[in-house]
Amino acid sequence: MPVSPATALPVESLVGPPAPVRGGSLSRRQGRVGWLFILPSMTGFLVFTLVPLIAGLGIAFTDWNVVSGLSGINLVGLDNFRGLLTDPMFWSSAGRTLFYAGLAVPGTMVGGLLLGLALNLDVPGRAVLRAVFFLPHIVTSIAIGMIWLLLLNPQNGVVNNALRTLGITEPPSWLVSESWSLPSLILIAIWSGVGYCAVIYLAGIQSLPQELYEAAMLDGAGVWRRFRTITWPSLMPTTTFLGVTLVISQSQGFGLINFLTAGGPGTSTTTLSYYMYQEGFQYYRFGYAAAIGVMSFLGVIVVSALLWRYQKGRGLYT
Amino acid sequence: MSATIAPIRTRRRRRELTMRWGVGALLWLLAVAFVVPFVWMLSSSLKRNIDVFVVPMNWIPDPVQWLNYVEVWIGSGSLLRFFGNSLLVSGTSLVGDLLTASMAGYAFAMLRFRGRDRIFFIYLATAVVPSQLLLVPRFMFFQQLGLYNTLWALILPGLFTLYGTFLMRQFFVASPPELGEAARIDGANEWQVFWRIYLPLARPMLAALGIISFVGSWNDYETPLVMLSTENLYTIPLGLTTFIDGDGGLSAGLAMAASFSAVLPLIVIFLLFQRHFVAALAHTGIK
Repeated sequence: MPVSPATALPVESLVGPPAPVRGGSLSRRQGRVGWLFILPSMTGFLVFTLVPLIAGLGIAFTDWNVVSGLSGINLVGLDNFRGLLTDPMFWSSAGRTLFYAGLAVPGTMVGGLLLGLALNLDVPGRAVLRAVFFLPHIVTSIAIGMIWLLLLNPQNGVVNNALRTLGITEPPSWLVSESWSLPSLILIAIWSGVGYCAVIYLAGIQSLPQELYEAAMLDGAGVWRRFRTITWPSLMPTTTFLGVTLVISQSQGFGLINFLTAGGPGTSTTTLSYYMYQEGFQYYRFGYAAAIGVMSFLGVIVVSALLWRYQKGRGLYT
Repeated sequence: MSATIAPIRTRRRRRELTMRWGVGALLWLLAVAFVVPFVWMLSSSLKRNIDVFVVPMNWIPDPVQWLNYVEVWIGSGSLLRFFGNSLLVSGTSLVGDLLTASMAGYAFAMLRFRGRDRIFFIYLATAVVPSQLLLVPRFMFFQQLGLYNTLWALILPGLFTLYGTFLMRQFFVASPPELGEAARIDGANEWQVFWRIYLPLARPMLAALGIISFVGSWNDYETPLVMLSTENLYTIPLGLTTFIDGDGGLSAGLAMAASFSAVLPLIVIFLLFQRHFVAALAHTGIK
C-alpha cells in the first residue's frame, strides 16, 4: 500500500515548498495562466463556501425567518445570541452534544487505535479484516440506521432477543427510551467510525521507522514502554487530525439523529446540531438557527485549539 | 555478538507468533460483530415482512421473498428513480470535482502567480468549517435563484471540494518540475503541460479522489434533506427513508431490500478500489 511517509504532518507543512523561481517572461505568463487554472475552483469556493460562511455569520445577527421573508429582514444585533443564553433548550442540547461527542469521539479513537495496533501485527487475513471493519464507513448512514433501527427494536429486535436468552429479562428499549437513546446513538457512531480510525492509525503506524523499535528492543523496552515512548508520541499528529475531524463530524451532523430519533423521545437526542436543523428547516427561524450554528462552531474551534495545544511539544518530532 | 542475541531472538519470535494468532482470533471474533448486521440485512431483505421478527430467527429465509426486490425496484415508490437521481448528482459532481480540483491543485503546487500562497491559506483556513454551518446561507441562495427543490442545489456545490484541491495539490507538490520544463522548451503551452504531462501522472490520485467524491456525494443525506421537498427528486439516502410506513413502522423486508440495493454498489466499488481508497484516506492524515 503506497502510504506517503509524510502521513500526518502538521498543517504548516502544506504551504511550502514554493514552486521554483523561473525566468521573467515565463513567470508573467504563468501568472495569468495560474489564475485561469484556479478560476473554476475559486468560483466554487467563493460561491459555495466563503460567501455562505460570511453570510451565515451575518444572518446570525438578523431576525430572518419564513414570515419576514428576505425583504422583511432586520438587523437585531446580538438579540439571537442573548436569546440563546436564556434558552434552556440551547443549554440542554449543548450538554447533550458534549455528552455525545465526549463519548463517541474518544470511544471511536481508542477503538481505532487498538484495532490499528492489532492489525499491524500482521494477523492472518489482515486485508479481509481491514475491509470488514472499514465497511460501515463507506455505507450510506441511512442504511446503517435502518439496520440498527430493526436490530435494536425493543420488543422483537435481534439484540434484545439475544439479551433475553442471556437471562436479561428487561433489556433496554434503546432508541425509544429517553435514557438509552443517546447512548444507542453513541454506540452506533462508534461502530461505524472505528474502522476508519483503524485504517488511518494503521497507515500512521506503518510509516514509523522500524529502527527505533529495534533499538528500543535491544535496550530491553517492553511492549508497553515501546508504545508509550515511540508509537504514541509519533502518532500524535494523526491523533490530532482524527480528533479534530471527528469532533467536527460528530458534533455537527444531524442526519442520522433526524432519521433514527428525530431528536426524541422527548428531547433526549436533541443535540445542538439537531436543534439548529429544527429551528432552521422545520420552523424556518433562519437567524436563530444561524446563531446556534455559530455557537456550536465556536465550540468546535475551542475544542480543536485545545487538542492542538495538547499535542504540541508531545510529538516525537516536534 | 550474534551468538548471544540468537536465543533471545527465537524466544521473542515464538512469543510474537502466539501473540499474532491470539490477537488474530480476537479480531476475527470482533469482525463477526461488523459482518452480522449486514448479513442480517441481506437475509431480512429476502423475507416477508412478518417473518423478519420471528423468534428464533432464521438466517435462511423461508419462503424466499424475491418479490421484495421487484417491489422495491419497480413498485410504486420506485428505487429506480432515486438511483437515477443519485447517479446524475454523484456522476456530475465526480467529473466536476476531478477537473476543478486537479486544475487548482496543479496551479497551487506548480505554477507561480501573485497571491497564490495567500489564496491557498484562505482555502486552508476554511477547511474546518462544517458544511452544516453553510446550509442556511446556501438554502437562502438557492431559494433566491429558484434552484431550491431542484437537483442543481445538490450538483452545483459538489462540483468543487476543498478536500479534492488539497489532495491534488499534495500530489503535484511531490511531482518532478523538470518534466514541465522540458516540455515548455519543446514549445508546449501551459495547458498542454498540465493536460498531457502532469495529469496522466496523477491517475492513481484521480482514481482515489474520484471514489471518495462519488461515495461522499452518493451517501449525502443532509443536503438533500434540506434542499429537496419533492419525492421525485430524492437521491438514494433520502429515498430509503420513504420505505418507512406512513404509521411510522417499517415494512422491514422491503426496507432491507431497498437498503441492500443501495449499499451493494458501494460495497462493490469499495472492494474493487480498496487500495486506492485506503491510500487516499491515509494521505488525508496530512490535512
